[in-house]
Amino acid sequence: MSPRGGGWLLAVALLAAACGGEDGAPGAPEIAMVFAASSLTGPFSELGEMLKEDEEAEVRFNFLSSSDLATQIEQGASADVFASADETNMQRVVDAGVAEGAPEVFARNRLAIAVRPGNPEGIGSLADLADEGLVVSLCNGECPAGQYARAALDAAGVEVEPDSLESEVKAVITRVATGEADAGIVYATDVIAADGEVEGVDIPPGENVIATYPIVVLESAPAAGRAFVDLVTSPEGRRVLARYGFRPR
Amino acid sequence: MLAAGGLAATFLALPLLGLLVRAPWGALGSHLASAEVRSALGLSLVCSLTATLVCLVLGVPLAWVLARAEFPGRGLLRGVATLPLVLPPVVGGVALLLALGRLGLVGRWLESLFGVRLFGTPAGVVIAEAFVALPLLVLTVEGALRAFDRRYEDAAATLGASRWYAFRRVTLPALAPSLVAGGVLAWARALGEFGATITFAGNLPGRTQTVPIAVYVELQKGIEDAIVLSLVLVAVSLAVLVGLRDRWFPAP
Amino acid sequence: MSLSASIEVRLDGLHLDVRLGVSTGETLVVLGPNGAGKTTLLRSLAGLLPLRGRVVLDGETLEDSAAGVRVPTERRPIGFVFQDYLLFPRMSVEDNVAFGLRARGAGRETSRREARAWLERVGLGDKAAARPSALSGGQAQRVALARALAISPRLLLLDEPLAALDAGARGEVRRELRRHLSSFPGTRLLVTHDPVEAVALGDRLVVIEHGRVVQEGAPEELGRRPRSPYVATLVGLNLARGRADGDVVELASGAVLTAAARAKGDVLVALPPRAIALYRSRPEGSPRNVWRARVEALDVGRESVRVHLGDPLPVVAEVTAAALADLEVRAGDELWASVKASEVELYPA
Repeated sequence: MSPRGGGWLLAVALLAAACGGEDGAPGAPEIAMVFAASSLTGPFSELGEMLKEDEEAEVRFNFLSSSDLATQIEQGASADVFASADETNMQRVVDAGVAEGAPEVFARNRLAIAVRPGNPEGIGSLADLADEGLVVSLCNGECPAGQYARAALDAAGVEVEPDSLESEVKAVITRVATGEADAGIVYATDVIAADGEVEGVDIPPGENVIATYPIVVLESAPAAGRAFVDLVTSPEGRRVLARYGFRPR
Repeated sequence: MLAAGGLAATFLALPLLGLLVRAPWGALGSHLASAEVRSALGLSLVCSLTATLVCLVLGVPLAWVLARAEFPGRGLLRGVATLPLVLPPVVGGVALLLALGRLGLVGRWLESLFGVRLFGTPAGVVIAEAFVALPLLVLTVEGALRAFDRRYEDAAATLGASRWYAFRRVTLPALAPSLVAGGVLAWARALGEFGATITFAGNLPGRTQTVPIAVYVELQKGIEDAIVLSLVLVAVSLAVLVGLRDRWFPAP
Repeated sequence: MSLSASIEVRLDGLHLDVRLGVSTGETLVVLGPNGAGKTTLLRSLAGLLPLRGRVVLDGETLEDSAAGVRVPTERRPIGFVFQDYLLFPRMSVEDNVAFGLRARGAGRETSRREARAWLERVGLGDKAAARPSALSGGQAQRVALARALAISPRLLLLDEPLAALDAGARGEVRRELRRHLSSFPGTRLLVTHDPVEAVALGDRLVVIEHGRVVQEGAPEELGRRPRSPYVATLVGLNLARGRADGDVVELASGAVLTAAARAKGDVLVALPPRAIALYRSRPEGSPRNVWRARVEALDVGRESVRVHLGDPLPVVAEVTAAALADLEVRAGDELWASVKASEVELYPA
């Protein structure tokens, strides 16, 4: 091969290597990729910061609805840790054979109704959502929040025709905040995280649904992944989660 | 040049090949027959065609103004008309919400005065699709108008034609190829629109869940159903685009 | 006058300022070089350009800028034949001819019949269903004419009707056009830069240059007494300016000529090239106008030669090839030239 041709090949190889790797400089600890349900955005981001400061282990996050994440992992996405908002999607990942060890439940959540600040439509309970004049937004049937919401509505015997099905629960918050929807069913933690953009209407325990959040390390995960899971399940982790409205397991 | 062209063709064909290879051919029949697929497809076709009509009705006059009228700020108007083309579709959707959403600039009046709500309705889908597709039609028709020799209109006038008659019988037929080309472009754009539609109109099977949105939702379940729907859209689009090729693009 | 127009138009550096009149049944040809304003004149008469002035046709005021009257183009009883015909490309020939009738509200069948009749009249009855792109230049010109005549206009405007044709087709088409024009009962105004066309088709000529009328009259009149170098060149005459006193005229160049006519003051002098005789040595005898000149250039034709002479009297002499051979002359030589006084045309400037 002529010197020119060799030079080209080297350049292409370097480029490929640069684009392919996510790792930092050689010698530094590997960064772990955490796939987590979008309702965990608040607490997990904070825990990620803590991990970096205390143990100098670095994680990066991909927050989406648990069903989206499960699909991505099934298709071979390079995740190191998976935290789901329900057991069903965790099971998909386990079935895909990429989990290392058994998943661990680390938190619980419950549902709430999100409305615009001031509750202009005067919504008080799930039954009010049946009003056809209201624009209601729910998470779609695939995402855990959507399934939980359906379960709660069924249990309460309320028939609701949603006007839009969102792909993740944060999007339901957005719909209510922008005013397109009058109400939506979200996690209680989402209302807290919304920081005043929406107001929460409690769903009584009898009608409410408990959401279980499992977490697992995936195969070939770097040390940072294990470190993160340990932090999440530690008392410190529990404190952070509690601040965001999550309940202990 | 051939090699580069071949590379480009491969680049375009490869994803299509991926779809074809991974498709669950065995289960295709049952998937296609499902109510969700049919409803998404039907909604997509109806809304995209309606949006194309809207683009034609609004776009031709706008193209006329941009090509013929002389006024200060014409450049700005053209910029505004082209904007949806460069805006990320989701941004377009957000902008539409701010204007026509329930709390939007105009939207609030729509609801309080006429009880009209666009979110969650097929009408909302049509508006979102028309918004992103309009620039394509306007630019195509404006180009054709500029290229059109206005002396034909002079000739028509000397023969006694009113301006409207001349437009109808001389200018419009000359514009026909550009109307078809622009219409097809707009339709294709409308059919494939996702970001603006889901942001502005939401997602509800049967009312606002077009095929692109259905694919996205299916993807959350697993890739198989998404592939089927994607293939359906590709097949329909190809059928129309290939079918239209020569017949409707007459030489001037 | 069935058409009387006095118009002023300023467009792209051209300042058109003309006054003209055409009688019914007359073909007026406006002759001028490119850029003189001929097309602008026609377009403004048609109402396609704004103008300052008045246009009155058969007593009806089509435009009067002072009074704020302006009849829009589509309501003027005019027919316009454009230089490149502008046949509507997406319509059949028949639909083209019928266009004006339909536009004015005539029914489809009636218009078709009329159109077909007109196509027969111009000899293109068999082309009714054809597309304009399938026609030859001459055929397209005839269709354009038929289209303009089908609406029975009172004023027919033609913009260089033969310019788009190649030289071969021109003669034939010109003869046909003359026939159609003479059978058209209304007023006809034609513009061209081709003097042959002008003389062949026009009853009266108007010459414009740089937006102004420089001469008007019957074709022969122009030929004999050109008033501008352009016209003179067109008709092949030598033209010069001078001051006359009686039958002697002193030219601007200093030369003095004796002419056939008598005049006083500023005059134009016209010398036909053929009237200038050339000699190797000074001629004896009667010619009163004799001078010595240098041969600047020779245009050798098949049977005649144009000899360009320099100071003191820059003119072109035309001699037979045989005569030139006898003279054995080349560019740069000096010759003697003479012209009879009776051939020197003199007229007030």
